Amino acid sequence: MIRYLLVLKLVFLTIVPTAWSLDWENALKQLGDKKFAQVESAVKALGRSDDLRAKPLLETMLENKLYQMKHSKVLVHAEGKRNDFKTYDVFTGKELASGVKKRELKRIRVNNRIRSTLKSALARIALDDPNPENRKEAAENLREGDPKEVTPLLKQALLDEKSEDVRKSIRFGLATLQLKHPDPEIRRESLRLLSGSLEPEVKNLLIKALEKNNDGTWIESETDIREQIAKELENIEFWEVVYSGIKTLFFGLSLGSVLLLAAIGLSVTFGVMGVINMAHGEMLMLGAYTTFVIQQLFPQFIEYSLLISIPAAFLVAGIVGILLERTVIRLLYGRPLETLLATFGVSLVLQQTVRSIFGPLNQNVITPSWMQGTLEINPLLSLTYNRLTIIIFVPLVLVTLLVLLKKSHFGLEMRAVTQNRGMAGAMGIRSDRIDALTFGLGSGIAGIGGVALSQLTNVGPNLGQSYIIDSFMVVVFGGVGNLWGTFFGAMSLGLANKLLEPFAGAVAAKILVLVLIILFLQKRPRGMFALKGRFVEN
Amino acid sequence: MQKDSFFNTLLADSGARWFLGCLLALVTLVPLLNGLVSQDSVLHIPTYAVSLMGKYLCFALLALSLDLVWGYCGILSLGHGAFFALGGYAFGMHLMREIGERGVYGHPVLPDFMVFLNWENLPWYWWGFDSFIFAILMVLLIPGLLALVFGWFAFRSRVTGVYLSIITQALTYALMLAFFLNELGFGGNNGLTDFKDVLGIELQSDSTRRGLFIISALALAGGFVLCRWLLKTHYGKILLAVRDAESRSRFLGYRTENYKLFAFVVAAMLAGLAGALYVPQVGIINPGEFSPLNSIEIVIWVAVGGRGTLYGAALGAIVVNFAKTWFTGAMPELWLFVLGGMFVVVTVSLPKGIVGIQFYRDKLFQHKPKTLPTPSSSEASS
Repeated sequence: MIRYLLVLKLVFLTIVPTAWSLDWENALKQLGDKKFAQVESAVKALGRSDDLRAKPLLETMLENKLYQMKHSKVLVHAEGKRNDFKTYDVFTGKELASGVKKRELKRIRVNNRIRSTLKSALARIALDDPNPENRKEAAENLREGDPKEVTPLLKQALLDEKSEDVRKSIRFGLATLQLKHPDPEIRRESLRLLSGSLEPEVKNLLIKALEKNNDGTWIESETDIREQIAKELENIEFWEVVYSGIKTLFFGLSLGSVLLLAAIGLSVTFGVMGVINMAHGEMLMLGAYTTFVIQQLFPQFIEYSLLISIPAAFLVAGIVGILLERTVIRLLYGRPLETLLATFGVSLVLQQTVRSIFGPLNQNVITPSWMQGTLEINPLLSLTYNRLTIIIFVPLVLVTLLVLLKKSHFGLEMRAVTQNRGMAGAMGIRSDRIDALTFGLGSGIAGIGGVALSQLTNVGPNLGQSYIIDSFMVVVFGGVGNLWGTFFGAMSLGLANKLLEPFAGAVAAKILVLVLIILFLQKRPRGMFALKGRFVEN
Repeated sequence: MQKDSFFNTLLADSGARWFLGCLLALVTLVPLLNGLVSQDSVLHIPTYAVSLMGKYLCFALLALSLDLVWGYCGILSLGHGAFFALGGYAFGMHLMREIGERGVYGHPVLPDFMVFLNWENLPWYWWGFDSFIFAILMVLLIPGLLALVFGWFAFRSRVTGVYLSIITQALTYALMLAFFLNELGFGGNNGLTDFKDVLGIELQSDSTRRGLFIISALALAGGFVLCRWLLKTHYGKILLAVRDAESRSRFLGYRTENYKLFAFVVAAMLAGLAGALYVPQVGIINPGEFSPLNSIEIVIWVAVGGRGTLYGAALGAIVVNFAKTWFTGAMPELWLFVLGGMFVVVTVSLPKGIVGIQFYRDKLFQHKPKTLPTPSSSEASS
C-alpha cells in the first residue's frame, strides 16, 4: 500500500510541475521523453502556444518523421533508409545533412492516444488559418477531441468566425460535443442542431448514446431524448437506403451509357443493312487508341485532348468502317452469317495490327483534370466526374443521331433504304452509297464511344472484345433498327447488372442477365421494340 | 439389307471413301511408326506428334459435329465450344477422381483445389464420377441435355439466323464466366489438371498415347458414319428441307423445331465426346475452352474445309490447326493475321472451302458446275 502511494506520488511529482510551468523550450525537450504521458502534455502545450513554429513541428511528428539527434538533442525532420537518412530543419524545411546513420537518430515515438492529441492540437492551430476550407476541416477534426477542452475553443471560434459555411461546421462540432453534456437541456439543444445531418460519425454517436451502461441503466437518462435519438437514427437509416439506391441507379445508368455508346453504332448498321459487324468492338478500340495518340501528339493540350479526340476518333473509325464496307461487306450482302464470320476475321486482323504497332500492353490514357475527382452531394452520396460526364455525354450523342436520322436528307435516304431497299432504289436513291455512309456513321459513333471508354477502362488491344457481346445483347434485347429500343435496352441491361450485383456478385449478375435475355428472347424473339411490317420477314 | 445399301452408297462417294481410307491408314501407320520403328529412323513418329495428331482428330470430330448443324441444318452455333468443354469437364472430373491420394495434398476424397479452398465434402454433382461408365454417360448426357434445353427454348420461339448465333455466343460466354468462379467447384481459373491415369493405365505412357490416338480416329470415323447415316434416313431428308426452306417445310406439316432440335442434340453429344477424348491427350481442361473466340474458330475450321460435306469440316479442322501449330511456333505475331485473313478470304471467295476446289475450277473455266451438297446460304440463314 505504501509502495503504491509512493509510486503515485512520484507520478504526480513528475507531471504536475512540468504541466504548469512549461515554456516552449521545455516542451520541445519533453517531446523526447520516454513516457507517453509526458509527450502528450508537451504536445498539448505546444498546441496551446501561439507560436507559429508549432504547426510544422506537430505535422512532422504526426507523419512519424520527427527525430531527435542523439548527441545534440536537436529535433529534426528526417527521411531515408537505414544508413542514408537526410535531415531537415523542422521549422524551415531547409536540408541540414545527408547520409546520417540510423543509430545517430532517435525517433519521437507516437501512439494512438498521442496521435489524436496531435490532431486536435493541429486542428486548434488550424482554427486560426486564413483559408476557410482549412478552418472548416479543423472544426470537423476537433469534434473527436476532449469535450472539456474543445468546447470553449469552438465557442470562441464561433464568435470570431465570419464565414457562414465554417460557422455551420463549428456549430455542428459543438453539437456533437454537447451530446455528452450533463445538462439535459443542452443535450436537447445539441440534438436539435444535429437533426438532419447524415454523416456516418453522427450515426455512430447516436448509436452510442442509445446504449446501456454496464449496470443496465441507459447512458441517456431522459426518455424524451432517447425517443428523439431513435427517431433521428431512423431518419438516417431511411436516407441511407435512399442514397444507396440512388448510387446503384447512378452506376447502372453509367454502365448503361457505356453500353449504349458501344451498341448504338451497331444498332444503326444492323438495323439499316441487316449486317452483323463483329469488328464493331474494334471500332471502339480504334477510338480509344486515337485518344491515346492525340494525347501523345499534343501533350500541351491534355485538358482539351478529349474534345479533339471526339472528331478525330469519329473520322478514324468511320474511315476504317467505310473501307471495311467497300472491301468486304459489300461482297457479302444477303448472307448475314458469312458477313458475321468475315467481319470477325477483320476484327482479329485489326486487333493484331494494333498489337503490332502499340504493343500488347495497356496504354495509359490521361484523364483531364476536369474529369477527375468526385462530386460530393452529401456525406452518403458522391459521384465520380468521369461517369457523370459520360451520363451527360451519351444523350447528346443520341439526340444528335436522332436529329440526323429524322431531319437530314441523308437520314431520310437511310430510313428509306431500311424500309424498302428496292423501292428506295427505284426512287433514285443510290443504296450502295447510303450503305457505305451508314456503315461509316455507325463505326464513327463507335469511335466516339471508344473516346469515352478510354476514360473508364484500360486501353488495350482487347478493349473491343470485352464489349462486343454486351453490345450485341443490348441490340438484340432492345430490338433491331430502333434507336429507342437500343436506348432502353442499354439502360435496362446496365441497371439490371448493377441491381443484381449486391445480391449475386458481379460475375453471377452478368451470367444472370445473359440468362434472362435468352429467356426474354423466347417471349419476344425480335426484342423489346421489334420492327413491324412485311419487310421484317425477309 | 438397308445397312448394306447404305454402306455401298457411302463408299460410292469419293470424298467419303478418301476420308475413311485416310483414317484407316492413320490408325494403322501412326501407332506402328511410333511403337515399332526405332527412334533414330526417319520414319519414326515421336510420341508428342502422336498426341498432337490425336488432338487434331478430336478437333476434327468437333468440326464434324458443328457441320451437322451448320451445314445440314443452317444453325450457325457460335457456342459449339461449350459442348466440347462440357464433355471435357465431365471426363476431366473422372480423371480427377482417379488421382485419388496422389494429389499434392494427398487428401483421400477431395481433389487438390477443393482442399485448397478448405471444402469439407465433395459437392453432390461430383458424386458418381469415380465410375468410368458414369463419366462416359455424362460426357454425352450433359452437353446433350444443355443442347436439348437451350435448343427447345430457342427453336420453339423461332429464334433463327444471326439472333441464334448471338445467343449461342452469349451462352458460351456465360458458361465461361461461371466456370471461372472458384465457388462453382470446377477448379476455377486453373480448371482440372494433373491427371495421373485412366482405368488404371498411366496416361503419360507411349502406349496410352497410341491408344488414345486410335480411339480418337475411330470416334471420328464413327461420328462420320453416324452423321452420314442420319442424313441418309427420312429424317435427314427433312432436315435438308428445313435448312433450305424452313417456312415451306412447316407449312407442309413438319414440326421443324423438333427436327432441328434432334440434330442440335446429336451434334452437342458428338462435341462432348470430342472434348472427352481431347482432355486426356492434352492433360488439362480450363474455362478458356468456353471462350467465344474458341467457338468461332471451330466455325472457321468448317468454313475452310467446306461446310455441308462432313469430311470437309474434318479436313478443315486438321489443316487450320496444323497451320496454327506451325505459325504460333514460327511466327506467333502473324497467326492472328492469317486466321483473320482466312475468315475473310474463305467467306468472300471460297464459299465451298477446300473441298470445293473442283467447283471453283469448273467455274473459272466456265464449265458446267458440278453440284455439291452445299446450301445456298442466303436461304439457310433467312
